[in-house]
Amino acid sequence: MNATRNRDLLVGLFVLAGLAAIAYLSLSLGGLSYNGPGGMKLHVDFDEIGGLTTRAPVVIAGVKVGQVSAIDLGTDYRARVTIDVDKKLELPVDTSASIVTSGVLGDRYVSLQLGGEDDILKDGDDLTFAESAVILERLIGQFIHNTNVEGEKK
Amino acid sequence: MIAAIRELGNRAVRFDGELGTLAVFTSQILLAVFTRPMRIRRFVDEVYRLGVLSLVIVCVSGITVGAVLGLQGYNTLARFGATGSLGAVVGLSLIRELGPVLAALLTTGRAGSATTAEIGTMVATEQLDGLRMMSIDPVHYVVAPKALAMLLVMPLLSALFTVCGVGGGYVVGVHLMGVDPGAYLSSLESAVDFNDDVLGSLIKAVVFGILIGLISTYRGYTCRPTSEGVSAATTSTVVVASVSILVFDYFITALWGV
Repeated sequence: MNATRNRDLLVGLFVLAGLAAIAYLSLSLGGLSYNGPGGMKLHVDFDEIGGLTTRAPVVIAGVKVGQVSAIDLGTDYRARVTIDVDKKLELPVDTSASIVTSGVLGDRYVSLQLGGEDDILKDGDDLTFAESAVILERLIGQFIHNTNVEGEKK
Repeated sequence: MIAAIRELGNRAVRFDGELGTLAVFTSQILLAVFTRPMRIRRFVDEVYRLGVLSLVIVCVSGITVGAVLGLQGYNTLARFGATGSLGAVVGLSLIRELGPVLAALLTTGRAGSATTAEIGTMVATEQLDGLRMMSIDPVHYVVAPKALAMLLVMPLLSALFTVCGVGGGYVVGVHLMGVDPGAYLSSLESAVDFNDDVLGSLIKAVVFGILIGLISTYRGYTCRPTSEGVSAATTSTVVVASVSILVFDYFITALWGV
């Protein structure tokens, strides 16, 4: 009888451990946690998002505070990016967003720079200041083009 | 020449017949699962034997595979200066492929073969006939709890394997190779998506669980009642289950892109 009860306990522990592993994979790694109702949704319009994807992190001073939840093409043919950030944050209304790359070839993410206004952003607000992604190829193209022009002048 | 064609036809007919028997067997199991009395105690015992006892081999293999992935991934990524993405490499390969497939192959060897051998020995020693004598349906009493337990155990083992692997990769990457712990975890978190990766991993594990459960019980149930029969059935379980796991893995990946 005692052996059976021990066995049941082990089975229970095994099932709990397995479920915990599934929960860890789905919630912590799979990123289901930020989709909850707790987040504050903000919209930003970018001219160019250059490879930004949904679930890319949103950071303030390098600390992750949320993630990109949706990317659509806006009515004015600019990229309308919806970000989902921690509701407890008190962001001034003149906060600006920029798309940056970690490393030269790394992933794109959204970085927020806080402004100085007293009014704070609420759920569903738009960020007015946005700095687009830097496209490395375009920069290189411009650079090559410029050097060519200079060469012709000589 | 004609004999060869006849042989081919004979094999095709036998294969067809076996598929039919397997289908009937599957429907018997399905029926037995929903028939009272529920064999809860038998089911829990099977979860213990198939799951809890496979825990050590699955976790140790998971840690080792994750650690190897960490080493190999680090050396390759270091050439591109992208060691920060080590977490993504280790995590994605474990969640999408290695976790479910390796856990299923290990479970086939560890638990599937044991299931076939057990049922096969019952057939050979006429224990199943004894159950029928007492008007207990052997599918209901012996087979269904095993197949059902395998179905439950497989996703749990696969998830544990994956988590152990991610941990093993973390230890090697961060403590041995000096990858930044924040970079490891953040690249892991941003690369893994629930719908694309985790859900697919669970679907694979469930499908593999069904495959192992069906094949191992079917092979045992239909084995020839001799000691060679039991041994042939056990071998056949490991071979057929391993191959079908890999084939199904390819098709699940190709069709649903998980």
